[in-house]
Amino acid sequence: MNIDFFGSLPLVAIWLALGAIGIVIQAFVRNNTKLVFGYYVGTLALTAFLAILSSGAKGSSFGGMIVLGGYAAYFDVLFCGAGILAMLAARPYLDRLNAELDEFYTLMVSAVAGMMLMAHASNLVVLFVGVELMSISFYVMAGFLRTDIKSVESALKYFLLGAFATGFLVYGMAMLYGGTGSLDYVEIGKAVSNGTATYPMFLAIGTVLMAAGLSFKVAAFPFHQWAPDVYDGAPTVVTAFMSTAGKAAAFSAFNPVFAAIMPDGVGGITDTMRLALAVMAAVTMLVGNITAIAQTSVKRMLAFSSVAHAGYLMMGIVAGTAYGHSAIVFYLTAYMFMQMGSFVIVGYLEREQGDGSDIENYSGLSKQHPMLAAMMAMFMFSLAGIPPFAGFFGKYMLFYAAIQSGYTWLTIVAVASSVISVYFYLGLIVKMYFTDAPGKKTTFATGTAGFTIAICSVAILLLGIFPWLLTNIISTW
Amino acid sequence: MEVQVILFAIFAVGAIGSAIVTVTRKNPVASAMALVGHFFMLSGLYLTLEAQFVAAVQVLVYAGAIMVLVVFVIMLLNLGTEQQLAERSSYLRGTLGTLFAALFVILLALAITSNPSGANQLSSKAVEIGTTESIGQSLFTQYLFPFEAVSLLLLAALIGAVILAKRHVQEGA
Repeated sequence: MNIDFFGSLPLVAIWLALGAIGIVIQAFVRNNTKLVFGYYVGTLALTAFLAILSSGAKGSSFGGMIVLGGYAAYFDVLFCGAGILAMLAARPYLDRLNAELDEFYTLMVSAVAGMMLMAHASNLVVLFVGVELMSISFYVMAGFLRTDIKSVESALKYFLLGAFATGFLVYGMAMLYGGTGSLDYVEIGKAVSNGTATYPMFLAIGTVLMAAGLSFKVAAFPFHQWAPDVYDGAPTVVTAFMSTAGKAAAFSAFNPVFAAIMPDGVGGITDTMRLALAVMAAVTMLVGNITAIAQTSVKRMLAFSSVAHAGYLMMGIVAGTAYGHSAIVFYLTAYMFMQMGSFVIVGYLEREQGDGSDIENYSGLSKQHPMLAAMMAMFMFSLAGIPPFAGFFGKYMLFYAAIQSGYTWLTIVAVASSVISVYFYLGLIVKMYFTDAPGKKTTFATGTAGFTIAICSVAILLLGIFPWLLTNIISTW
Repeated sequence: MEVQVILFAIFAVGAIGSAIVTVTRKNPVASAMALVGHFFMLSGLYLTLEAQFVAAVQVLVYAGAIMVLVVFVIMLLNLGTEQQLAERSSYLRGTLGTLFAALFVILLALAITSNPSGANQLSSKAVEIGTTESIGQSLFTQYLFPFEAVSLLLLAALIGAVILAKRHVQEGA
């Protein structure tokens, strides 16, 4: 068995830091949340650094269990970055609620470890362990505010439905194994494209079940019902983390799995499946955006918009081309920054105004917090896909990929639903800039959350104006 | 006809029968007991398929550990009376459930009948795969990576359980 130790270093590092050392530190350093926080931020930073170093590695490691190099290393960096940004935002948020416990950061890092496994997986078993590691951490984090009934409800709902979706996923894996005799992406891909699967029917059932399980994880129609409730009920910093990094992780796995079981130009069942995914993507966008219009809570509106964005991202999977896959990577990066930034601002304002995610609380924000309002406006423009922000270029790439593969009708639906989405994104901006505040509000310091918001806005500006910064990296894979 | 096939048929009928009993009983304790029977039947099925290790684990983990937990929960929640379970089953849900189960049976039947001939035979490799030795071997060689990764998963689940069970979170910190 070949083990490319250097290439696998990020995975090994996060593992050791979390399992062996982190727990010991927590046991000996009691009541020193600051130290634990610093330790885990450092862990993620170190892991990201190692991932950058190992990005030149090629091939696979641990007997073909994980893939190394460009794609996986990029996602390592992305997940670690998301973890750091979310932790910075979580500190002041949890502190205000008096709920800052060391274990929150441990769970966050274990979720990141799970996501990294998903991006690295080259075998369905590794994928399964990664999905579960991430999901279990999310379930607990969603219910972290145990005395808040909404948080508990969100955790329970997420757990029950998530366990059900995992069932679909595992059954799909079993069927794929039954159909092809292998759990390895490459072997399965070979069996599909050469038509040498022993049991083609099992392969078809497995594909459908895998699509159902993964669609649940990315919150795509018809498996999206959990998302608004869970995202709405969970603590806002947790929502910021799981609606961005969690979705990115699910797509980072969706991509290679479906590239293997739905290769280009095989025809037959793969074409049918592609069409089914296209229809799912179209309905997801429409449902997400149309329902978002009716929301009065900004947090809930963003939750529905995150469903819609899953629809856009699925266009890249439907396209199935290399360009489609790089479009997904670009859009995921952009989406991560804009969605996390806006959720963190929602969390901050909620902190300031008690129960503040109602849209009325945003009236006159531009006068009280000119900087926050400007950044929120930027995130909204980017989410709506208006240039010169990163969201525009990401959407452009996805739409172009879909047209290239002959899914013009899907692109038309996507453009139409983007237009619908402009209504509520701009609605929030109008509220912030063109209405007056009902009364004078006190101001709190943003604390470390300010870093998160600032980094997110700088990132979407940079990616929007200089998209080749990222597309150049993607093209080297 | 081989003994194995006959045993398989007996266990299969037993498994389906006890599964039906599990979902139709209104008394939760009776359901749980039928489920124990179902687990034993399943482990018998695994044995006839030459999967000794899985059969043993099935009895140890499911019939042993998990069912003790289930019975404990039934006891603690005091679900002894019939109404509590009865009010949760509605006509619509029953119909839908049956419909989907039927669809799934059709799908599986299609899958089985569409197989190439002779594919329903037990593979000769199955005899080697099912032993504890071969499972241990592949667990520590080929599947070493996911095996180790599971330890992290258990750690996360453990920490999560501690967090959720801890009292007075808000007063601390």
